[in-house]
Amino acid sequence: MSTLPSLWPLIGIGIVVIGFALRANPLAVVVAAAFGSGLGAGLSVPEVVAALGKAFHQNRYVSVPWITLPVIGLMERAGLQEQAAALIARTRAATTCSILLIYLGFRQITAALGLTQIAGHAQTVRPLLAPMTEAAATRDNPTISEDGRNKVKAMAAATDNVGIFFGEDIFLAIASILLIKGFLESAGIIVQPLQLSVWAIPTALAAFAVHGGRLLRMKP
Amino acid sequence: MIGLPALYTFAGLVFGSWAVATLLDRQHTKRLLGASFWGLLAMEFLAGDALGDTGNGLLLLLLVALVLLGAPGKGQAATTTIAERLASVARHGNRLFLPALIMPGVALAGTFIFPLLPGLVDPKQVTLISLGLGALIATSVLMLWLRPPLVAPMQEGRRLAEGVGWAMILPQLLASLGALFTVAGVGEIVGALAPMAIPEGSRLAAVLAFTAGMAIFTIMMGNAFAAFPVMMGGIGLPVLVLGLGGDPVVVGAVGMLAGFCGTLLSPMAANFNIVPAALLNLPDRYAVIRAQWPTAVLLWLFNTSMIWGFAFR
Repeated sequence: MSTLPSLWPLIGIGIVVIGFALRANPLAVVVAAAFGSGLGAGLSVPEVVAALGKAFHQNRYVSVPWITLPVIGLMERAGLQEQAAALIARTRAATTCSILLIYLGFRQITAALGLTQIAGHAQTVRPLLAPMTEAAATRDNPTISEDGRNKVKAMAAATDNVGIFFGEDIFLAIASILLIKGFLESAGIIVQPLQLSVWAIPTALAAFAVHGGRLLRMKP
Repeated sequence: MIGLPALYTFAGLVFGSWAVATLLDRQHTKRLLGASFWGLLAMEFLAGDALGDTGNGLLLLLLVALVLLGAPGKGQAATTTIAERLASVARHGNRLFLPALIMPGVALAGTFIFPLLPGLVDPKQVTLISLGLGALIATSVLMLWLRPPLVAPMQEGRRLAEGVGWAMILPQLLASLGALFTVAGVGEIVGALAPMAIPEGSRLAAVLAFTAGMAIFTIMMGNAFAAFPVMMGGIGLPVLVLGLGGDPVVVGAVGMLAGFCGTLLSPMAANFNIVPAALLNLPDRYAVIRAQWPTAVLLWLFNTSMIWGFAFR
C-alpha cells in the first residue's frame, strides 16, 4: 500500500462545497478556494495570486462569447421577443412541450454534426426559445403563476443543456472525444474517434427519451 | 492571420464601451463601481499581456472586490418601450427573425469555408473567430436596416450585461480555479484515494465507484474534462480495464457521459447552469439545475448500466 499524499490541497474543494451550500457570492468562494488549495499545497500568497492571474489571462477565450450581447440587445430592441411570442400565440399546435421537443431534437442533431455554436443561452434561449415557450404556456393556461412561468423558462434553458451535452459526443472532432483518445493513447491503448463516438449514440437516444418524456409530462 | 489576439482586442473594446455607457448614465446608482468593473475587464483583454501574472492576479482580485461592493449594478440603459417594440413588430413581422439567423449562419459558413482559405484565419480558432465575425455582420445589418441611434449597440449590450451582472466573469474565474487545482495536485490526490473506496473483486461496485466518481468530481469541478483524467487514471484504467478486463472504448466513452450528468447538477458549471438563470431573470439562481436534475439522475443510471452491461462482454 502506497503512502497517502498530503490532503491539504483538497481544502479548496471543501471551501467550494460549503460556500455554494451557504449561497455565498460564487466569485468570492472561488477565490477563497484557490487560496485554500494553493496555500494547502505549499504555495505562498504571491505565488497563488500569480498563478490565478496567469490562468485568468490564459482563459480569456471563455468570456469571448459575451461579444454577442450587443447583437442580441439590438434584436430585442426591435421586438424580436415580442414577435417570437406573437407567432407562438397564433400557432395553437405549438405547445410548450412540442416547441421544447423540437428544439431538443434540433440541438442534439446539430451538435452531433459539430455545430455546437449555432445555438446557446444568449443566442437562442433568451431571445427566442424562452419567450416562445412562455407564450405557449400562457396561452394554454391563462392563469399561470409567475412561479410557473419561471419554471417553463428554466426548462427551456435545461433543454438546451441536455441537447448539447448528449449530442456533441457523437461528433468525431469534439474536445471530449479527443481527450478520451489522448488519455487512452498515453496509456498505450490506441482507439479511433469513431469507435468512441458510436458509443455516445445510445446515451443520446436515452437523453431524448428521458428528457422528452419529462417534457411530455410537464403541465404548464 | 486572424487569431485570438484580434478577437481579444474586439472583446476589450466591447467591454470598454460598457464602461463608457455606464459612466454617461447619470441615473446609475453605482456609476463609478460599474464603470470600474467594465473598465478593468476591458483592460484585462486589451492590456493583459503587459500586466504580467501578478498584475493579472491583482486585477482579478480587484474585480472580485468591486463585485462584493455591489458592482456592476443596474442602470437606466436607453432602450425601446414595449409600445415601440410592438409597433416595430407590426411593421416588420417575421422579417425580425432574419437577423437572428446571421450569427448561426456565419458560424456554419465559417466552419466550412475558413479551412479552405489557409493563412486567413487561425485554424484552431475558427469557431470563435466566426462568432466574432457573425456578431460584427449582424450588428452592421441591424444598424443599416433599422437605423437605431448610433449608441444603441453600446447601450443594448450594457443592458444585457448588467442583467447577467457579476456572473459574467464566473466561467472564466472557474476555469482559472481548475488550473490552480492542477498546480496544487488535487486530481492526483483524488486519483490516489478513489480506488480505496472499492471492495475487492466486485464488478458492479467498481463500475458504480467509477461512474459515481465521474459525476461527483464533475459536480465539484464543474467540468467533466477535469474529472476524466483523474477517475480514468484512478479507477477506470487500473481497475475496470486492466483489472477486470473491461473494454476501454466503452469505459472511456460512456464514463465521460456519466460525467456530463454531473455537469447538469453543478453550480460550478456556471456557463450552463448559473449564467442562463441570470440571462432569463429567474429569481432562483439554481432554477436551471432544479429543472434538469431528474434528467441527469436517470441518464447517470443509464450510463452506469451501459458500462456494467456492455464493457465486459
